[in-house]
Amino acid sequence: MRKQSRFILSVLAFGYAFLYIPLLSVIVYSFNDSRLATVWGGFSTRWYGELFRNEQILDATFLSFRIAATSATLATVFGTMAALMLVRFGRFRGRTLFSGMITAPLIIPEVITGLSLLLFFVTIQQWFGWPSQRGFSTITIAHTTFSMAYVAVIVRSRLSAMDQSLEEVAMDLGCRPARVIFDITLPLIAPAMVAGWLLAFTLSLDDLVIASFVSGPGANTLPMYIFSKVKLGVTPDVNALASLFILVVTVTLFAAWFLTNQREKKS
Amino acid sequence: MASLIQKDRLWWHITVLVPYLWLLLFFLLPFGIILKISLAEPILAQPPFSPTFDDTGTLSITADNFAFLFSDKLYALTYLKSVIMAAAATICCLLLGFPIAYGIARSQPRTRSLLLLLIVLPFWISFLLRVYAWMGLLGNYGVINNFLMWLGITEQPMQILYTDFAIFLGLTYSYLPFMILPLYATLERMDLDLVDAAMDLGASRTTAFWDITWPLARAGVIAGCMLVFIPAMGEYVIPFLLGGPDALLIGRVLFDEFYVNRDWPLASAVAIMLLLLLVVPIVILQKNQARDAEQAT
Repeated sequence: MRKQSRFILSVLAFGYAFLYIPLLSVIVYSFNDSRLATVWGGFSTRWYGELFRNEQILDATFLSFRIAATSATLATVFGTMAALMLVRFGRFRGRTLFSGMITAPLIIPEVITGLSLLLFFVTIQQWFGWPSQRGFSTITIAHTTFSMAYVAVIVRSRLSAMDQSLEEVAMDLGCRPARVIFDITLPLIAPAMVAGWLLAFTLSLDDLVIASFVSGPGANTLPMYIFSKVKLGVTPDVNALASLFILVVTVTLFAAWFLTNQREKKS
Repeated sequence: MASLIQKDRLWWHITVLVPYLWLLLFFLLPFGIILKISLAEPILAQPPFSPTFDDTGTLSITADNFAFLFSDKLYALTYLKSVIMAAAATICCLLLGFPIAYGIARSQPRTRSLLLLLIVLPFWISFLLRVYAWMGLLGNYGVINNFLMWLGITEQPMQILYTDFAIFLGLTYSYLPFMILPLYATLERMDLDLVDAAMDLGASRTTAFWDITWPLARAGVIAGCMLVFIPAMGEYVIPFLLGGPDALLIGRVLFDEFYVNRDWPLASAVAIMLLLLLVVPIVILQKNQARDAEQAT
C-alpha cells in the first residue's frame, strides 16, 4: 500500500476533528453541574437523573419509539415489495411512474413532503371525517411513505447483486413463484431487509420537520420536544439526552462493526 | 422469472398494488393538493383557503400567489440567499470531502472500514442533536469563544451563533457525510495504478489529479454535490437554531408563512416554487445515477 501524502493526512485529521469535536463537547458539558450550560460548575451526573424523572421526555420517547417501530415495519414490507417489483417483475404499465414515486422521497426537501402531507390530511378530513385528530397515525403514515424509499433502495441493490440461479432452479423444479419468493428470495435478502428496517427506524426517530407538520396538538415526538426546548438555547438536560443518544449509537455500531470483522476473519 | 411470476396472478397483484396504491395515495395525491391550494385565495375560514369550485360550481382559481412571489423582492432575495448558502456549503463540503474520501479509499482495508464507520456514525445520531451541539460550541460563552478569550485573542466574545456564518458551518457539518460517501464509492472503484503510471511517465501531481482522478471521480462528485445542495436548499432546522431572526431561507419562510401568517395558499406556492427550483439538480442527479448504474454493470 502506498503512503498517504501529508496533505491528505492533515485533511483527514481536520475532517474527523470537525465531525467529532461538537459531539465530544456535548458529552463533556452533560456532566456539568451548573444550570448555566456554558459555565463549568464541577462534575455531576444529576442531569441524567433528571432526564429519567421528566415525564414529558418519557412520554415523547415512548411515542417516538411506537411510531418508529410501526413505520419501520410497514416501510420494510412495502419497500421490499416495491424492490421485488422493480427488479424481478420486468416491464409493466406504470413502472416509470412507480420508480419515480419510490425514489422521489429520498431527495425532496422535508418541508415540502411535510406540508403536502398535512394539507392532504386536512383535505381528506373535510371529505371523509378521517383522521379526526392528527398524531400517532398521521406521523406513522408520513414516516412509512418516506422511509419505504430507503428500504427499497437497499433491498433493490441486494436483489440485483444476488445470484438468480437458485430461484430459477426452484422454478424449473416446479415450485410456485410465491413459494420461491417466500422460501428462497426472502431468506436471501433478509440481511438487507434488517438493514432497511434499522435505517427506517432511525430515520423515523430522527425526523423533526415532517412530524411537526403532520402532528396535531398534544402529540409530541421526542425531536419535537427537544426542538421546543433548544429553541430557547442550550440546556443541560438536553446535553445529557444527546450524550445518551451518542453512547447508544456508538456502542451499537461498533459492536456491529466488530462482529462483521470477526466473521470476515473466519471466512 | 418475470414471465413465471405473472402466472401467479394473485401474488403479483398484491405485490404490485399495495406499494403502488400507498404511494399514489400518500405521495402523489398530496402533491396534487398542494398544487390545488397554491391556486386558491387565502380566506378567513377553516381551512383558510377558498374552494377550487365556488358555490355555482364554476372553477375559481388564481395565480395571485405566484404573482406575489415574483413581485415581492423579499421572496426573490430569500430564494437567492438559499441558493447562495446551499452552494457555499456544497463547495466547502466538496473541498473538504474529496481529500477525506480519497484518503479513506487509499488506506489499508482494516483502517478503511473503521474510517468509514466514523463517517457513517454521525448519520445515525439525531440530526437535531448534532445541530444543537453547535449551539454549545458557537454561543457567546460557548466553547470556541471561551477558548479564544483564554488565549487572549479577543477580550469580548465574538458573535458567531445566530449569524449566516453559523448557518454555513451547520450546513457543511451536517451534510459532509453525504458528500464523502458517494465520492468514496467512486474513488474506491478507481484503479489507483493509473495515477502512479501517469506520474512515472512524468506527469506532475497536479496534472495527474486533473487528468485522471478528477474525470474518473466525476459521477461521485455530481452525486455528492446534489445530495448536499438539494436538502440544504430546503433546510429548516439549521437556519432556525443557528441563524439570526432575520436569517430568511426558503425552508424557514415556508414554515413561517404557514404557521405564523396562516397563509396556506402562499405557503403552498412557496413549496411549488422551491420544487421547481430543484427540478434541475434533481434531474441531473437521476441521470447521473442511471449512467453510473449502467457503468457499474
